[in-house]
Amino acid sequence: MTDVTGPPNALTSGRLPRWATPVLLVVSWAVMLGVFVLMALAGGSDVAIAPALFLGTLLFVVTGFVLSLLVEGLRQAKDRLVTSLVVSAFLVALIPLISVLFTVVSNGRHRFDAAFFSNSMRNVVGEGGGALHAIMGTLEITGMAALISVPIGLLTAIYLVEYGRGPLARAITFFVDVMTGIPSIVAGLFAFAFFALVFADPGIRFGFGGSIALALLMIPVVVRSSEEMLKLVPNELREASYALGVPKWLTILKIVIPTSIAGITTGVTLAIARVIGETAPLLIIAGFTASMNYDLFQNRLMSLPVFVYTQYANPGADVAPYLERAWAAALTLILIVMLLNLIARLVARIFSPQLGR
Amino acid sequence: MRMTTAAASPKATLRPADRIFSGSTLLAGSLILVALAAVAIFLVAQSVPALTADPYELKGSPDSFWAYVGPLAFGSLWAAFLALVMALPLSYGIALFISHYAPRRLAQSLGYVVDLLAAVPSVVFGLWGIKVLAPAVTPLYGWLVENAGWFPLFSPPVSGTGRTILTVAIVLAVMIIPIITAVSREVFLQTPRLHEEAALALGATRWEMIRMAVIPFGRPGMISAAMLGLGRALGETMVVAMVLSPSPKLITIVLTGSQNPSTIAGNIALNFPEAHGIDVNGLIATGLILFAITLVINSVARVVINRRAAFSGAD
Repeated sequence: MTDVTGPPNALTSGRLPRWATPVLLVVSWAVMLGVFVLMALAGGSDVAIAPALFLGTLLFVVTGFVLSLLVEGLRQAKDRLVTSLVVSAFLVALIPLISVLFTVVSNGRHRFDAAFFSNSMRNVVGEGGGALHAIMGTLEITGMAALISVPIGLLTAIYLVEYGRGPLARAITFFVDVMTGIPSIVAGLFAFAFFALVFADPGIRFGFGGSIALALLMIPVVVRSSEEMLKLVPNELREASYALGVPKWLTILKIVIPTSIAGITTGVTLAIARVIGETAPLLIIAGFTASMNYDLFQNRLMSLPVFVYTQYANPGADVAPYLERAWAAALTLILIVMLLNLIARLVARIFSPQLGR
Repeated sequence: MRMTTAAASPKATLRPADRIFSGSTLLAGSLILVALAAVAIFLVAQSVPALTADPYELKGSPDSFWAYVGPLAFGSLWAAFLALVMALPLSYGIALFISHYAPRRLAQSLGYVVDLLAAVPSVVFGLWGIKVLAPAVTPLYGWLVENAGWFPLFSPPVSGTGRTILTVAIVLAVMIIPIITAVSREVFLQTPRLHEEAALALGATRWEMIRMAVIPFGRPGMISAAMLGLGRALGETMVVAMVLSPSPKLITIVLTGSQNPSTIAGNIALNFPEAHGIDVNGLIATGLILFAITLVINSVARVVINRRAAFSGAD
C-alpha cells in the first residue's frame, strides 16, 4: 500500500514490449544450458539438464525483475515477479505428478501380464506369481465398505438437508467435517481395538474389519458430497410436489433423489477411489497373506495396496521380481483409481439434469 | 428448505411412512456421532493396559510410556511442520494461479490436474519416494552437508541412502498440496468481484489487487487450509514407513543424517504386524495420542473456516 507514491509518471513511463518475457525466458535457459555444457566439457561428465533448466528459470525471474524495475518501475516489477513465481509454483507441482506416473508406468509394465492377473502368491518364491488374491481382496473389502457407507452417508445427508435443525444437525455437520481428518491408521486401529475386544481375540485379522475401517473413512466423504448435491435441488421442485399432496418422504424418494442422483453417484465413486488406495488400516486389521481367500469374515485377506507394501518390504533373496510385482500392482492400483475418477466425471457430465442455469 | 417448514402452519398429517423415513435418516446421522465416540472409547479401552503396565515391558524398554511416545510425537510434528513449510507457498501460488492468473477456460482443467495428485495412493508415493526421490536427492544432501555442515539442520554425518526426514517431508508436501490448494482456491474464488474491480479501478496492478482484496478476504480460509494440510501430514503413514530409516527414542532436528526420529503413524505401521501382548496396547495408545492431536487441529481449522462463512459477504 505504501507503493502508491511510486514514480510520479507511472502511467506514462515506458513498458516492456510483449515479446520481452518469452525471449528473456529462452535466453536465460540458453545461457544456463551453455554454462552447464561448458562445465560438462571441462569436467568430462554428463550435462545435467534439470538443474540447468531450474537455474535458468531462476535467472529469468531475477533478470525479469531487474529489467522491469529499470524500465517500468517498482510496482510493475513486483507484479511481474509474483506472476512468474505463481506460474512456476504450478509447474513445480507438475514435476512430482509426471515423475510418479512415468516411473509407475515404465517400471510396472514388465509384470503387467496375464500371469499377474491369474495367479496368487501361494508357494511362489522369486519369479512368477501374481496379485489375483490381492485384487479379489481389494474388491471385496472396498465393496463391503461402500455397501456400509453409502446408505449411512446418504441418509445422513438427507437428514442434514431435509430434516435436521438445531443443535443435533449442527453437531453432525461439525463432526462429519472433523471425521474427514481422521488419520487412516487410526481408523484401522479402531477396527482392530473393537473386534479384538468383541471377539476376545488379541491377534484378530479379517477382511470385514478392513471394510469397517474404510467405511469410517468413506462416510464423511459421502455425506459431504451428497449434501452438496441435495442442496442443489431447487426448492420449487419440492414445493410443486407438496402442492400435489405428495408426502415428504415420497417427495424425497421420487423427486429430490432422482434429480440429484448423478451428483451423488459421482460423489460415491470419488469416495471409493479415495479409500481403495488406503494401505495402513488394511495392514493393521486385514493383514497379509499369499493365498486366495474369498471369505471376508475369516482369516487374513490380502489387498492391492498392502500387496505393494509387502512386496517392497519383505522381498526374497533376489529382490528384482518382488519389486517388479510391486510396481505392477502400483500400476494396477493407479489405473483403477484413474478409471474411477474418469467414470465419476463422465457420470457428472452426462447424467446431470439440466436445471436451466 | 426454510420456506417449507415455515409454510407448514396448518398441521400436516404425519403418515407412518413419514415417521419411518425421517426416523431412519435421524438414526443414520446419530450413528456417525456414535461411531466417532466409539473410536475414542475403544482406543482408550485398548490403551489403558499399556498406560498402567510396567513401561519396561514395552518395546525398547523406555523409562515410561511418555518417554516412548515423546520422540515419536516430536517426529510426527517435525515432519509435518517441514512438509507444511514446503507445501504452503507452493499451494497458495497454485491456488492463485488457478483462481486469478490462468486463462479462464483452462482454469478448471488445471484444477483437475492438481486433484490428480490427490488420487495417487499413498503407497505408490512411498514406492516413488524410496526408489526415485531418495536416490535423486542424495547428491544434494552430500553437497549440503559438505558446504553447510556448520548449520545445525545439516550437521554431518550425511545419510548415504537419502532415506532422511527431509525426503519424507518432501513427499508429504507433495501429498498435502492438493488439499491446501483446493480449500484456498475455493476462498480465493469467493472474493467479492466488486472488491477486486474497485482495486483495479484505482490503478492497482494484479498483485496489488490480490494483496489488497483477495488475501485479506481469504486469510481465515488460508489458515484453516494450512491446518487441514497439517492434519493430513501428521496422519500419513505409508510414506514414513517405507521411506524413513528411523532410530527410535531419538529427538533431533538434523534433516540429512542417517539417524532420524520416527513418527507415530510410521512406527505403528512398521511394528504392528509383528507386535503381540502389551506391545499391541502400546501401539494403540500412541495411535490414541495421534487421534487426539489431529482431532484438536482439525476442530480448530473447522471452527476458523465456519466462522468465516458466517461473515462472508459473498451471498
